Amino acid sequence: MTDNLLEVSGLKMHFPITKGVFKRKVGAVRAVDGIDLAVKKGETLGLVGESGCGKSTTGRLMTRILEPTEGKVLFDGRDVSHVGQAGLRPLRRDVQMIFQDPYSSLNPRHTVGSIISAPLQIQNIPTPNGLKSAVQDLLKLVGLNPEHYNRYPHEFSGGQRQRIGIARALALRPKLIVADEPVSALDVSIQAQVVNLLDDLQREFDLTYVFIAHDLSVVRHISDRVAVMYLGRVVEIADREQLYKNPRHPYTVALMSAVPVPDPARRERAQRNRVLLTGDVPSPINPPSGCRFRTRCWKAQDICATEDPALIPRLEDPASHQTACHFPVTEDEVVAGRRPAGAQA
Amino acid sequence: MLSYLIRRIVNAVITLLVVTMVTFGIFFAVPTITGSDPALLYIGKTADQASLDGIRTKLGLDDPIPVQYGKFIKGLVAGRDYASGNDVTHCDAPCLGYSFKTEQEVTPLLLSDIPVTLSLALGAAVLWVLIGVATGVLSALRRGSFLDRAAMTGALAGVSLPIYFTGQLALLIFIHWLGWLPDTAYTPFLENPASWFTGLILPWVTLAFLFAATYARLTRANMLETLNEDYIRTARSKGLTERTVIGKHGLRAVLTPLVTIFGLDFGTLLAGAILTEQVFNLRGLGYQALTAIRQNDLPVILGVTLLAAIFIVVINLIVDLLYSVIDPRVRLG
Amino acid sequence: MSSTTTGTRPFLEVKDLTVRFETDDGIVQAVSNSSFAVERGKTLGIVGESGSGKSVTSLAVLGLHRTRSNAKVAGEIWLDDQELVTATDEDVRKLRGGKMAMIFQDPLSAMHPYYTVGAQIVEGYRVHHKGVSKKEARTRTIDMLARVGIPQPEKRFNEYGHQFSGGMRQRAMIAMALVNDPQLLIADEPTTALDVTVQAQILDLIRDLQDEFGSAVIMITHDLGVVAELADDVLVMYGGKIIERGPAADVFHEPQHPYTWGLLGSMPRLDRDVRDRLTPVKGTPPSLINLPDGCAFHPRCPYAGRNGNRSFTEVPELRGGVHAVACHLPAEEKRRIFHEEVAPNL
Repeated sequence: MTDNLLEVSGLKMHFPITKGVFKRKVGAVRAVDGIDLAVKKGETLGLVGESGCGKSTTGRLMTRILEPTEGKVLFDGRDVSHVGQAGLRPLRRDVQMIFQDPYSSLNPRHTVGSIISAPLQIQNIPTPNGLKSAVQDLLKLVGLNPEHYNRYPHEFSGGQRQRIGIARALALRPKLIVADEPVSALDVSIQAQVVNLLDDLQREFDLTYVFIAHDLSVVRHISDRVAVMYLGRVVEIADREQLYKNPRHPYTVALMSAVPVPDPARRERAQRNRVLLTGDVPSPINPPSGCRFRTRCWKAQDICATEDPALIPRLEDPASHQTACHFPVTEDEVVAGRRPAGAQA
Repeated sequence: MLSYLIRRIVNAVITLLVVTMVTFGIFFAVPTITGSDPALLYIGKTADQASLDGIRTKLGLDDPIPVQYGKFIKGLVAGRDYASGNDVTHCDAPCLGYSFKTEQEVTPLLLSDIPVTLSLALGAAVLWVLIGVATGVLSALRRGSFLDRAAMTGALAGVSLPIYFTGQLALLIFIHWLGWLPDTAYTPFLENPASWFTGLILPWVTLAFLFAATYARLTRANMLETLNEDYIRTARSKGLTERTVIGKHGLRAVLTPLVTIFGLDFGTLLAGAILTEQVFNLRGLGYQALTAIRQNDLPVILGVTLLAAIFIVVINLIVDLLYSVIDPRVRLG
Repeated sequence: MSSTTTGTRPFLEVKDLTVRFETDDGIVQAVSNSSFAVERGKTLGIVGESGSGKSVTSLAVLGLHRTRSNAKVAGEIWLDDQELVTATDEDVRKLRGGKMAMIFQDPLSAMHPYYTVGAQIVEGYRVHHKGVSKKEARTRTIDMLARVGIPQPEKRFNEYGHQFSGGMRQRAMIAMALVNDPQLLIADEPTTALDVTVQAQILDLIRDLQDEFGSAVIMITHDLGVVAELADDVLVMYGGKIIERGPAADVFHEPQHPYTWGLLGSMPRLDRDVRDRLTPVKGTPPSLINLPDGCAFHPRCPYAGRNGNRSFTEVPELRGGVHAVACHLPAEEKRRIFHEEVAPNL
């Protein structure tokens, strides 16, 4: 067996756009449009990208909340791409999801106790010391007061609600947790508390994470490997250090240079080095031909419009670093720290 | 836009067809099945078998129900002939048949009722929209004040008091005690606008009171919600006067959803304000409907129902089209 | 009105600003005794988490609490030698959108859904330029849309907010705010709802426009990175109070308040090596209805007990020169703690 817990290949999710009384299909939003990824046991894979890049849809496909239009999802070697209710039941034990909005993802009319114990009851998990004590153990684990199992979600702050969401996800002792923007709705100090909690839980329970976020700093902090997505595709994937020190894809370079640095002394340099992208992300209904980033790329040439670059390793990089680009940014360009020639201000 | 319009019109026609089927089914088929003979209803219990058979043939009641329905639709679209031997009666399109009781053609009967109901509904609508929206806006702006509480108490009364109570009370006070107004009656507007007005003002006010109450409450709630919107804060931050902020930015957002509700209310009212017409003795569609139901006059009931459905479907169509004009988010999807 | 004006005042000077709201649950002490100043051409960053009072402060400067009957604003706000707290509603209205303007966090909800973008900007221009024709206002608006980097401004003039992308929408909001050449621009989390590459564009635009027009800017944000990019001076707010104030370089390099340390410790940073663990503030922010006695931060402060009982009973004043801090810890002690215990973990 491989040491991959989850593998997706050729994964596509097209949401049809229909028109008229007869729901004639007139097109499709190609939210995820052919991605291959593997998540190794025990690692954290970060998924970054801007809104509309398909990262959340990818997360939902991995957890099989959505059924892919095309492609495969293999969990622990088992093909779960199209399994029905019965096949999903065991998968739900092993794969759990944490959502962005701790306000809307918890049913306001259920107590925290019943929210957290629901997965245990649905899956008929025996609880030797009773359901209540199982719930209280989970609350303690995520840093909440076990006495509060009878309270309702609105009685908790945003950070505490996210902890409830984590406790619910942990109840079945899953192998994989897909966390979709788990900290982006939280205040900075609370964000860090939750990130630390996720770190601790991973160590304690040997968890594998897929961490989806738009915040590059948080993703770097928590991930072992990071995949950058753009318009339904993975454009670059590498080990964390490698990706952040030697980004190869022009989009990754632009993305990283756009992050404001919390150091006024470096302000000038950061601004000088910044690659400002112009325009907006094209529509996923009708993505550009060839390389999808070419319409905003300062290195684009004719071939970029005709040939779709494959996600492949480069000679100068380790095999684990893959880039989908005809003209990857060279180490010189990155190190020199100058605005790449032709980049627009 | 054009394809949207065509689609909506096709939808409306289908809806109306379904309505005719259902009402036709209920009014003609059910009595046949349960054994209460429409022919008997038409001619009265004392009829002999021969004239009963004649009527049956003439009205086509011997035909299978789908054929009867087909003839009914044909009558609507192209007119039809009722024939029994040499006795042939032609009925022009849109033909709704003949009243069982008065033997008049149903279509002209109903058409003559429309101006009454239309006058009643229009006048009341103008009043209730003006009063309801103004009260709602003022209440929202002075939330918690005496005015707000008084208005909302009044609105609660308006919503909960039935029209046969408020209507009778109004008749009693303004006509019988104070004698300020003549008896309520319908005079065609073109004949004498003044009597048209004085004869209808009391029903208008009574009816408007009921609806204004709902509109005041809705407007107040919408306005309070709108005033918390970010775009209202933006409007203020631009330095616009409160009058512009409320009267333009606020009101525009408040009125838009009211259009839908207004369409429904107005459509329903056009189909006949049964209670109001009854209380004030106005011979409109509602009055006609009630009389027909009492007398088991099937063709008239069918006609009124169909007319009501047409009003509601058409008004809804207009509202939806209007909505796509006033809300750009709908228009441009 | 206070008439003790001596010498020249800063362009915007806020003194002892206090804002409270009377609610059914009690009195919300949203901002307490806050004082700060901004000069023309300078940017003040106000940092804090939700409920810290940063947005309430900015709305108070614009006089936007005046329409809320349950709001009480006290203190002084001097804009270009004019006092605003005691000024009439009409006087403040004339300044709003004219001399001082604001851009908001979520440009979609900040635009009226039923009016075109152009109409909304024209309206803001004409209310401050009486007698200007619609045509002139339209020309001015299209110029502004072009200036903030919106392609095809004539076409976009007639479109609605929901037809714009997030970044273009915020550009249009900036055009709306700048149409009357304001001398004070308040930006309340202007990039929080935007993607990072778009955020970079918008910050760049604000910086350019400031260079061009020399206005004073107040940038309100929870993102220390954004503040570091733009601000000359920084205020850190907590529980409705300013707990640290100073030049950006000082606040970022020699932060003096334990809460500021916690904020810095909470952020993973791309410009440093990856830390094993983040070092956030423990606990949650206080309720503004029921603020803790003494220093509002003491329940979350790891150093609260180091100085006897003062933190629990006495509200610390904002003290110091250019770089001021509201904390009971002695200055020497703070410096030592920061360099020995805090900085190595950042």
